[in-house]
Amino acid sequence: MQWDTEFAISILPRLMEGVIVTIQATLLGAVLAFTLGLLLAVGRLVSGPVPSKCLYWGGEFIRRTPLLVQLYFLFYLLPEIGIVLSPLVAGVIGIGLHYSTYTAEVYRAGIENVDRGQWEAARALNYPPAQTWTKVIIPQAVPPMIPALANYLITMFKETPLLSAITVIELMNSARIVANQTYRYIEPITMVGLFFLAVSIPSVLLSLWLENRFARQD
Amino acid sequence: MNDNTMISFENASKSYGALQVLRNLNFHVDPGEKISLIGPSGSGKTTILRILMTLESLTSGYVLVDGQQLWHEEKQGQLVPASEKHLQNVRADIGMVFQHFNLFPHLSVLKNVTEPQRISRGVAAPEAKEAAVELLEMVGLGDKLDHYPGQLSGGQKQRVAIARALALKPRIMLFDEPTSALDPELVSEVLNVMRKLAHETDMTMLLVTHEMSFAREFSDRVIFFDKGVIVEQGAPEQIFQNPCEERTRNFLHKFIA
Repeated sequence: MQWDTEFAISILPRLMEGVIVTIQATLLGAVLAFTLGLLLAVGRLVSGPVPSKCLYWGGEFIRRTPLLVQLYFLFYLLPEIGIVLSPLVAGVIGIGLHYSTYTAEVYRAGIENVDRGQWEAARALNYPPAQTWTKVIIPQAVPPMIPALANYLITMFKETPLLSAITVIELMNSARIVANQTYRYIEPITMVGLFFLAVSIPSVLLSLWLENRFARQD
Repeated sequence: MNDNTMISFENASKSYGALQVLRNLNFHVDPGEKISLIGPSGSGKTTILRILMTLESLTSGYVLVDGQQLWHEEKQGQLVPASEKHLQNVRADIGMVFQHFNLFPHLSVLKNVTEPQRISRGVAAPEAKEAAVELLEMVGLGDKLDHYPGQLSGGQKQRVAIARALALKPRIMLFDEPTSALDPELVSEVLNVMRKLAHETDMTMLLVTHEMSFAREFSDRVIFFDKGVIVEQGAPEQIFQNPCEERTRNFLHKFIA
């Protein structure tokens, strides 16, 4: 087994196509996870006890089952009831839905950390409920959550190879296809690993910086 | 009850589970009257302010603000528990200053005073700013407009909080132990502002305080509470110099000693 730089360079364009899909899946999945998570968290806080419990158990159900199983469900089982999703769409929904249950917990903790006095001040100043959320609570709850949300973004990014199981041709799948065609594994798989490292290490540094930047300031 | 009453509590009670904090409370406040509520911790005085600000609900009885039911509204000739919209309408007349300031830490001093005007009264930006600058100058913080609450001392924060509450032009102001969280040397700057308000405006004011000497000069009437009931009330000179009730004497004694 020997590293062949020329071969590595020759497969780079094909892997780059996979990189683009990986980034797309991560970003779209993250947008979904972050928005849906916020809706879940606020939904649990403002709805009555019964809907709140339903949201809680729904979240638990999604969190306690593997993402891979959910991806299979979305891509291979939904067509049986007439819902056909493209691989990337199923993948984005899978990642987004799965991680929304985690981001919901981050939001919930962040919202509950906002001092009770802030709610009371908003009420005393006669803010309508919508503005209490958008002008008082969320702006204070979000900054301390940013490091935790950034960590989930990195986790989602690292989980994208799972999408290869539902035929999304993201980076890992492109590498596998190259390997299957050429019988050379060392270059494509090493390059996948290096790519993930190249993104993960700066992301960790960024999230450390964010933690310092947004550490609770009173 | 005379027609000219700003606030009235009628048989008002409040319980938290088995704990009764207010018992069949009856009292009235005239427009423009400045009242101090004094009494030991847990006597229910803060609860009165919180019920008026709609931060706590009533367990039974009625509260009227300027002749309007606060916690109830009339529907088909019957009094029913107030909707959120009704509460919003009635509490637009009421402002509150909290013990722990509760400024918005993510907004500058100026924004703390402009944003509430914009949001709850729909005031246009230039007018809101003009009113805010004027009020902040009045409380002596005209040079701190761009500071954030985290950069201010406790006394300065409380003065911003007073300006913020005033910006909504309430007819009733509630002060909930406004100086209790302050270092002793910062108390007077806040009291000076309140003194000025008491003299120069016709707002109705309710003050919960442990600053007995300030209560004495600030108020038209002092009400002494204990265990959720009014023990005694009267002009400040009478309450502080000549209390009728044993419990009042015992309480005030602790402040003189």
